[in-house]
Amino acid sequence: MSEAVSALNNAYAKGAITVQEVGPQGMITLRGDLSDAAFGAAVAQVTGASVPGQRKITHAGANAVAWMSPDELLILLPYAEVGAAVSSLNAALAGTHFLAVNVSDARALFRVTGKPGPVREVIAKLAPADLSPDAFALGDIRRTRLAQVAAAFWLTQEGEANLVCFRSVARYAFDLLATSAAAGPVGFFRQG
Amino acid sequence: MSTRMATGGRLLNKGKPLRFSFNGKNFKGYEGDTLASALLANDQMLVGRSFKYHRPRGIVASGAEEPNALVGLGRDGRFEPNQRVTTTELFDGLESESQNHWPSLEFDVGVVNNYAARFLPAGFYYKTFMAPRAAWKHLFEPIVRQSAGLGKVPKDRDVDTYEHFYAFVDVLVIGGGVAGLQAAKVAATSGKKVMLIEQSAHWGGRAPVDGGEVDGKPVADWIEQTVSDLRNLPNVTLRSRCMGAGVYDHGYVLGYERLTDHAPMAAGPRHRLWRIRTGQVITATGAIERPISFAGNDIPGVMLASAVRDYLVNYGVSIGDRTVVVTNNDDAYRTAIALKQAGMIVSAILDARPTGGGALAEEARALGIRIEAGKAIAKVHGGKRVTGVSVCLHAGEGAALETIPCDAVAMSGGWSPVVHLWSHCGGKLIWDEANAMFRPDPSRPPLGADGAGYVATAGTASGAMHLADVMADAAAVAAKVAGVEADAPAVPATDEAPMMPVWLMPQGAGVKLRMKSWLDYQNDVKVSDVQLAAREGYESVEHTKRYTTLGMATDQGKLSNINGLAILSDALDQPIPMTGTTTFRPPYTPISFGAIAGAARDEIFQPLRRTPMHEWHEANGADWEPVGMWRRPFCYLRAGETTHQAVNREILQVRNSVGMLDASTLGKLIVKGPDAGKFMDLMYTNLMSTLKPGKCRYGLMCSDNGFLIDDGVVARIDEDTFLCHTTTGGADRIHAHMEEWLQTEWWDLKVYVANATEQYAQIAVVGPNARKVLEKLGGMDVSKETLPFMDWKDGTLAGMPVRVYRISFSGELSYEIAVDAGRGQELWDKIREAGAEFDIMPYGTETLHVLRAEKGFIMIGDETDGTVIPQDLGLNWAISKKKEDFIGKRAQTRSHMADPNRWKLVGLETLDGSVIPDGAYAMAEGVNANGQRNTQGRVTSTYHSPTLGKGIAMGLVLHGPDRMGEVIEFPKVDGTSVKARICDPVFYDKDGEKQNV
Repeated sequence: MSEAVSALNNAYAKGAITVQEVGPQGMITLRGDLSDAAFGAAVAQVTGASVPGQRKITHAGANAVAWMSPDELLILLPYAEVGAAVSSLNAALAGTHFLAVNVSDARALFRVTGKPGPVREVIAKLAPADLSPDAFALGDIRRTRLAQVAAAFWLTQEGEANLVCFRSVARYAFDLLATSAAAGPVGFFRQG
Repeated sequence: MSTRMATGGRLLNKGKPLRFSFNGKNFKGYEGDTLASALLANDQMLVGRSFKYHRPRGIVASGAEEPNALVGLGRDGRFEPNQRVTTTELFDGLESESQNHWPSLEFDVGVVNNYAARFLPAGFYYKTFMAPRAAWKHLFEPIVRQSAGLGKVPKDRDVDTYEHFYAFVDVLVIGGGVAGLQAAKVAATSGKKVMLIEQSAHWGGRAPVDGGEVDGKPVADWIEQTVSDLRNLPNVTLRSRCMGAGVYDHGYVLGYERLTDHAPMAAGPRHRLWRIRTGQVITATGAIERPISFAGNDIPGVMLASAVRDYLVNYGVSIGDRTVVVTNNDDAYRTAIALKQAGMIVSAILDARPTGGGALAEEARALGIRIEAGKAIAKVHGGKRVTGVSVCLHAGEGAALETIPCDAVAMSGGWSPVVHLWSHCGGKLIWDEANAMFRPDPSRPPLGADGAGYVATAGTASGAMHLADVMADAAAVAAKVAGVEADAPAVPATDEAPMMPVWLMPQGAGVKLRMKSWLDYQNDVKVSDVQLAAREGYESVEHTKRYTTLGMATDQGKLSNINGLAILSDALDQPIPMTGTTTFRPPYTPISFGAIAGAARDEIFQPLRRTPMHEWHEANGADWEPVGMWRRPFCYLRAGETTHQAVNREILQVRNSVGMLDASTLGKLIVKGPDAGKFMDLMYTNLMSTLKPGKCRYGLMCSDNGFLIDDGVVARIDEDTFLCHTTTGGADRIHAHMEEWLQTEWWDLKVYVANATEQYAQIAVVGPNARKVLEKLGGMDVSKETLPFMDWKDGTLAGMPVRVYRISFSGELSYEIAVDAGRGQELWDKIREAGAEFDIMPYGTETLHVLRAEKGFIMIGDETDGTVIPQDLGLNWAISKKKEDFIGKRAQTRSHMADPNRWKLVGLETLDGSVIPDGAYAMAEGVNANGQRNTQGRVTSTYHSPTLGKGIAMGLVLHGPDRMGEVIEFPKVDGTSVKARICDPVFYDKDGEKQNV
């Protein structure tokens, strides 16, 4: 039996900044009352991570939980574990008002790696968000746009950013990131 | 003649000569030159022809305000018109050509307009081209287009790249002169993020040319020290060659950085558009010197006094051996002194003020320069360059007292603060009587969301005219903006005599002189034009601007506006502040289209949405059709086929055996919650809450005005969960529609919606052999008994977990199979393999359309256009009468919605079997009030049906369903018409037996 393929089959563009499509990555859209203790417990049970605050992402090993809106989270976990995780959430939250949907295949995930400042600048050329180190640090996530498409991104470490967009525009997002990286640094973020 | 001097030129690197060309002539310049200084160094004083009269024009200014010296720069993929030579840094190999001349710059035929000037008055276009009407298109417009206009449009694709950058700072200082540097220095002490941008390549503005002392050292040393200090601060960003282009609401500012204009072969983007969000803006944009309106003030060699000084000090260029300085203020004396000290001749200083100047005048006099107080220029002599001036009393009418031969005229009519950026977002101005200028009114700044001002001005931009005042203002403003304490640097005070407003020289100049006194050089507007406009009743400055074209050229009147509105005020006998200014709009100077577009070109001009099978389609003959941002195959072309043949082949294959369709683009919205049923009943016209889990139902959605906005099949997944299919174009729109109602109106409903459109690849397997194909894939029972029409089931096909919907948009036995997108291509391949024995083939959107039209199924966007309600389409069966409410219900009871005369859906079959043209209207008897033929219906879908071997159509027809069998007539564009019989819209398998097998 063959495996699921990610949108661009792990395409990459190498340079001072490397842009790579990674995945497939397990993702679950979870909507509900973020302040509810039972909701938080269900999230923790499935991911090991806590419910993040506004514009934050929490991590536990390979798993992560990202804030998407006041009533929506994005859960990240290994692709193969999504089916079981959705079932667990459905069981744990049964009787409450919530929605858990597997969106692993609806998205594409990119990794941008290089020197810390230039990595921030690759994204800051495309997204109307403040990428400066004091405004956007480890543990932060931004749900915004990348040029003309919706995207969300966070740092996994200094010099390494992850970025999620819809699968249908994966090629566009990859080309944007690769073009932005190839155009060279701006020199605005002076770290690294 | 203008020439390079042996010494001087503080910005030049004489060790690095550069070659460049102008109109094919080869010249030499140095690193550090602008194209302007390099042209002048080579005695190229004539640089262009004026817009309307084709008069010879030379360089007037030394910066962004230059109106005349625009050139076409570069060639082929790097050609760009309308480039100001004063802001173009010289590089080796630069190629430039002058504009608006024919056949050559030296000999120009259009100059005949100059002698016919009396026939080209203000408002000429409006007056002349009114009638006859046809003459505009065939006579006037072609001539005007040929003779007017500046640069040429580039013909080749731009070979350079561009980008945007989003920056967030606390304090943005625009302008890197001494005021901007001081403001940034003070603001930085707060620890806030400070960004300082400067449009030119050099810091310090014009202070190094004008001289002075700051903190006990020469200002040039202070600048160097301050720039170096700022560079070392971690919270400060400095960018030269970066112009503040526009200030917008909420602290949004556009910066236009020219990265490689001075080095076109360098790697990286040519321009970068900075999209800056800042807490506060400080504009330290300096001031622009005003010309004086005297006859012949546009002859090459007449220049702003500050520009003459700039060329001398910065570039070691003299405009001529003998210069006459004409002024109404002390500053121009600096030019005379600098020229004299450089060994040039200053023939005279004509100071319009009866009492003359202050300390600078004394200094000039001590140098032996002739100073004539109360005197003026009556007219300038010369054609393509200045040969002399006639001197007169300023208070008189221009009777010449003497003629002074000279090569250059340095004029200064005072200074106007650059208030553009302050004004872009609503900063107000006040009239400063002492300096005869508009300056920012600090009590009425542009206001932010909190009601507080977010733009402040510093230095000369505030109206401070002397170095001591400039530095004090910059320190105080920056301290206030940044919330810190700061002392002003020590600057020795200067003693300058007051300036005197001079709007026309001499003040009593007669009409002959006024007709040669230029206000707007680039658009050829003279003093007499503005006066004529006033006489003809133009009182508003905005109307006068448009009537005379004053300030409407690419320089946006940087030199001409204040002089022009002063002339207008005088003609209207009202004070200048009552006339007011025209509106200052971004950008400050023109910015490139490339910078605006940024990286959005070629592949990333626009996102293209791709399904998981997109590449397969592309490799297998897809003839693409744009559907929203997607591309869908219109059909799959085989070798030698036309699209029509391909579509017919695909249709017959589906009807006779089996075909497959990539339906992944259809929207898939998940609606879940205890109130999901209630919500669905409100969103759809049908009753959805009664749908049983495992079942599907076709549903309609209307807007709150009752119009049909989307349709699709709804599947109930479980008690709390529905999956709603939408049209391809409707996925995002309907998702937003649902969220809006949930968030703004029905926030009490416990319902969540998620857009799962892209989670699945969806493949329709359609045709009499569809079941056999699925059975070959194996894994689940797809029989009629287990999976009847309008049911769905989860299961496995070819080893893949799938959800199969037994739904049909073609009238055939049909399964739509949803699989995780990551396995879409795999399933597609398996289906093709399994279907091979039935000659299975993919079909495109056109086949989809014909199949549904044969069945009389409506298509959103064909049968609907935003004005159609479900009742028009005979879909009353899908509108619940039991429900208390749904979106659109009340609207559909309005009298016009319930009108029996609304056109209604019918089928149309042509009598001759041909295809009715798309969008054709059916004629009715008589004509309407406009003399147009009456109509009684229109075609909404029309195709050739290979299944039926004839043209079929659907249309909306007056009383259509009551007129079965009647023949109506549709005119065609070729003058003939086609007759069609009104019939049932279901052309194929009326009883639905085929889809139900």
